[in-house]
Amino acid sequence: MTIDWQAFWLTLQLAVTVSAILLLVGLPVAYWIAFSGWRWKFLVEAVVALPIVLPPTVLGFYVLVALGARSPLGRWWIALTGHTLAFTFSGLVIGSILYSLPFAVQPFAASFAGVDRKVMAASATLGASPLRTFFRVIVPLSIPGLITGTALSFAHTMGEFGVVLMVGGNIPGVTRTVSIDIYDRVQASDYAGANGTALVLLAFCFVVLVIVYSLNRKAWAVGPAK
Amino acid sequence: MSDARTIESGAVAGPASVTSQNSQPDGAPLAARLRKRMARQGHEFALELEFKAAPGFTILFGASGAGKTTLLDCVAGLAKPDWGRIAIGERILFDSSQGADVAVAKRRVGYVFQDLALFPHLTVEQNAQYGLAHLAQAERRERSSAILQAFRIAHLARRRAREISGGESQRVALARTLVTDPAVLLLDEPLAALDAPTKAKIIDDLREWNRTHRIPILYVTHSREEVFALGERVIVLDAGRIVAEGTPHEVMNAPRQETVAQLAGFENIFDATVEAVHPERGTMICQLATTGHAGPVLLETPLVRAGVESALRVGIRAGDILLATSLPQGLSARNVIPGRIVSLEQRDVIVSARVNCGVEMEVHLTLAARDSLQLQPGREVWLVIKTHSCHLMRR
Repeated sequence: MTIDWQAFWLTLQLAVTVSAILLLVGLPVAYWIAFSGWRWKFLVEAVVALPIVLPPTVLGFYVLVALGARSPLGRWWIALTGHTLAFTFSGLVIGSILYSLPFAVQPFAASFAGVDRKVMAASATLGASPLRTFFRVIVPLSIPGLITGTALSFAHTMGEFGVVLMVGGNIPGVTRTVSIDIYDRVQASDYAGANGTALVLLAFCFVVLVIVYSLNRKAWAVGPAK
Repeated sequence: MSDARTIESGAVAGPASVTSQNSQPDGAPLAARLRKRMARQGHEFALELEFKAAPGFTILFGASGAGKTTLLDCVAGLAKPDWGRIAIGERILFDSSQGADVAVAKRRVGYVFQDLALFPHLTVEQNAQYGLAHLAQAERRERSSAILQAFRIAHLARRRAREISGGESQRVALARTLVTDPAVLLLDEPLAALDAPTKAKIIDDLREWNRTHRIPILYVTHSREEVFALGERVIVLDAGRIVAEGTPHEVMNAPRQETVAQLAGFENIFDATVEAVHPERGTMICQLATTGHAGPVLLETPLVRAGVESALRVGIRAGDILLATSLPQGLSARNVIPGRIVSLEQRDVIVSARVNCGVEMEVHLTLAARDSLQLQPGREVWLVIKTHSCHLMRR
């Protein structure tokens, strides 16, 4: 039984990159969703939540089209770098960010919305700008939600299959992730190999979630009781 | 934002510090004239008022839902009036005619909320320094330690805000706001949850602070005791409008309009005419308008500016009337009126007795008093009312 550690390492890199970027991108999106008074806000919320219900192949298909040489984004990327985004690690990152967006944004937004409005108002009356209020009050009081969102987007990316297959294909060391590897082995009737890799992935994801939830419990204990 | 704030605070209030011992010149008054539509529990009403608050305490008194907190929110910039102008001296905070609406963070309006809203994840010291971000660290430390000392919470500096008691939290909330040297201070029932001794101590500290920092303080309460403990001036709000203003004594003891009387809790309100005036004793005799064929009911009341035969209204709290089962002797109370019990009704732990003595008066008793006096409908009784329990209003 051999385990494709290269695929494993690649998947880990992908998950870390995606969850890190989602932490940055997700904060302003979640802030807007939590506090905007725009009457059509629900449309944006629906778009953000789409990946939860959309078949990964559908999402992957559109991402592939968008990244391809015929789309403006694809052409721009080719002009910039000389090669297409599809079937590259960067393309995989973009697809995965879209795919895991709700898993980061929804916990973020829920915890932002749970911060006591009076505490935010107090910050403003004490002379703090919205940005300072965000980083000094809202974010510290939302740590449990930020941990949850980041962990979920990490774990979700670790196990992603459909989008990777559509956008990345199956290039060893570039886009061949663990789940693709497992699928390949099953196709080749290598059930022992598939089992080994699957077990490692299962154990890994379980350990990550166990660590996160144990941390999170502590975080809850010091966080707002919301 | 910190730059703008520094410049502004330097220009308006000067380099004031909590450590300064000398009184500073009076700060600018707060002037507000505004209208804001509000919906509460389905029915709409408008907050519509105009007032000026000089340096010192101004009490906003009124039942819950009268618009007190909304008014404070408008001054702080947390709520936006539909129309109006709010200014501190010459500095405009809001003016609908000019489209001016200064951001909350730049108003220099200190606001202590009813539920305090401390930053639970920060220490007491960090809470106190939160509004001083525009200062150098050394000055920040100096100012916050001075204010923590002044409010006797220096020993809590390193504790987290979520770990301290209610009274301590109240002090931290006050200190955190006062240390920023606001131009106006808004206090929304900040002491409502405290026991009387703790409350009194904090009020003393607040008064002491206000002696050296002469800024207008708007203090919202629905507690009569706080009105008398703090008040230099009271504004009574009812359904979004100012229904009375003046000193606590004027407003609370001699309400001039009946809405105020109801607010202040007079169960007994009667039409009366002045029979005689005794300026040398500071009293008057008023005759109550009786309903039936009973003889005249005369009451000795405090003196107000009214001539003989002028028409007034008398308000008496049901809890201010004593009830005796035999004619009392040797009392200081000037009004002893015979009557008969019409009905007795238990409400929670008090008994409400209706007594006919030419007019029908409501009297509140304890359950024990009812039982030990063996009171029943039909029983002959005497009502005892002190002169100063009779509150006169304009008719």
